[in-house]
Amino acid sequence: MRKNNSVLLTTPYILWMVAFTLIPLGVVAYYALTDPATGSFSLTNIQDLGMYLPVLGTSVWYSLVSAAICLLLGYPVAYYIAHRTPMMQRILYMLVMLPMCMSFLLRTLAWVGLLQDTGILNRILGWLGIGPVHMIRTPGAVILGMVYNYLPYMILPLYSTIVKIDGRLVEAAEDLGCNGVQVFGRVILPLSMPGIISGTTMVFVPAVSTFYISQKLGGTDTVMIGDVIERQFKQGNNPNLGAALSLVLMILVFICTGIMNRFAGANEEGGVIV
Amino acid sequence: MKRIISVIAVLALLIGCTAALSGCSSADETVTINVYNWGQYIADGEDDSLDVIAAFEDKYPNIKVNYSTFDSNEVMYTKLSNGGITVDVIIPSDYMIARMIQEDMLLELNFDNIPNYQYVDEAFRNTDYDPENKYSVPYTWGTVGIIYNTKYVDEADVTGWELLWNEKYAGKILMFDNSRDAFGIAQYLLGYDVNTTDEAELRACAEKLAEQKPVVQQYVMDQIFDAMENEEAYIAPYYAGDYLTMVEENPDLAFYMPEHQGFNLFIDAMCIPSCAQEKEAAETFINFLCDPEISAQNLDYLGYSAPQSAAKEYMDPEMVASEIAYPSEEVLAAGSSFAYLPEETSRLMESLFMEVRNG
Repeated sequence: MRKNNSVLLTTPYILWMVAFTLIPLGVVAYYALTDPATGSFSLTNIQDLGMYLPVLGTSVWYSLVSAAICLLLGYPVAYYIAHRTPMMQRILYMLVMLPMCMSFLLRTLAWVGLLQDTGILNRILGWLGIGPVHMIRTPGAVILGMVYNYLPYMILPLYSTIVKIDGRLVEAAEDLGCNGVQVFGRVILPLSMPGIISGTTMVFVPAVSTFYISQKLGGTDTVMIGDVIERQFKQGNNPNLGAALSLVLMILVFICTGIMNRFAGANEEGGVIV
Repeated sequence: MKRIISVIAVLALLIGCTAALSGCSSADETVTINVYNWGQYIADGEDDSLDVIAAFEDKYPNIKVNYSTFDSNEVMYTKLSNGGITVDVIIPSDYMIARMIQEDMLLELNFDNIPNYQYVDEAFRNTDYDPENKYSVPYTWGTVGIIYNTKYVDEADVTGWELLWNEKYAGKILMFDNSRDAFGIAQYLLGYDVNTTDEAELRACAEKLAEQKPVVQQYVMDQIFDAMENEEAYIAPYYAGDYLTMVEENPDLAFYMPEHQGFNLFIDAMCIPSCAQEKEAAETFINFLCDPEISAQNLDYLGYSAPQSAAKEYMDPEMVASEIAYPSEEVLAAGSSFAYLPEETSRLMESLFMEVRNG
């Protein structure tokens, strides 16, 4: 009876996944492997991907850098929040979430207004007598945009992991003679690894496929793979190539998350054994 | 049992009532038409202009307009050819209309519902893109030129399309984000026919455009308004009508048409795509926009040129006298329009442009 119930309860989710994930995935694969003109089976789309490898490389690189910066910025914040009173934790948690209540597009556009050559920051610098600093349309601006937009996705999983770390383990380590650095390196960090992994994944995956951020904050040479895919569908009228690119990106993301998860698994076990 | 019967009776009564009601209202039933137009391409009540869509809905209270916009002909074409949407009125440019006629994507118009077509000038009938005047009603026309900021750009450098390649202004130059307009500029610069199907010529154009990329700030369409008005960029190729809008915000902007090299002369016309559901209401809408008085008020705001001379009577005289909106015959003779390109050529141009953008 119990088993029946669980089947019944998971059915909506399974139907949802089939209708909105599995079937579209099949459509993507179908388009990726057919010729745009004739509609017959062909590998030309996959062969054409070669010229987009540099773009793919840039996208992965920018996303990894953003994820690393998010981790460096986010970890202390998450740690700080996790060690406040429950009331304070709720308030700070809300504050981290707050920017996500505003449209992602608007927030990115606001950065354009801040960073551009005639933007607010440059105007302030101008008043101070500092010449216009070229900030927008550089790789740095794109990474800034990604860090800004995805930082909450790093902080939230980190916080929920760190807050669950048993304080007694820390005390035990201290009692057994660990200094602050050792406590952090040997106890807290290994125990927060699941949070680090899921945070990194949650930043990396949307960052690698983003297109709006690089279009608004990037220059003509900071093209990301998401831009290329968007353009194939929107104006290139070559959905087949777009689908092939999406497929490759998807496989890449799977591989990356797979590696990270394995890494996490090993570390978690290691942490427990030690 | 009795209760069940009474419930059924009530239900039956309700159903009967709603059926009767909907039967009554069908006489003055409201229909919705989906209009798909270029961005910033209809007067919307801003700056004391006429809100054209509101005026239409006031005049025809049983037609509601659902208005949405596109960035370029190519975006519009892709969206329609992917299918799955209902659009009743579109306003593409000449070459795209020719392509859509060729691909059976447009419906023939019933001109009995568009009496205002009589006002359309002879020059805008029997065009190359719609030789028998079956599918389209001209909305506006205009030219493509270079908009530049006189505060930053040396007049001596304004010699032709090569201004868009000038390294002196690197990072301050904007470029079209659609293949046909971008290739057109390279073709005028290199002295090729803009309607060529020659692969070598197209590849040479792509190379020329790739050469330009390092000096280009952004590939844009309507974002050009902000960038030029705020002086984030100094040089951009764009449509004359939009220049007239921009210069009102920033009087330092100037417009230049490279007559010796050639420039694009375009007509944007209203059509009904084959996915339309409300053809008659769509024709009513087209007719409304074609009315000289409405057209005059609409174009006063847009800055684009009117294909009906009758509209000029109702227009701001300053606009009518503008040499940018209505260049002399002599200048117009230097312009050329984009014609239909075979599917294969369009695809090649698209993919070459993608390579330029992504490379």
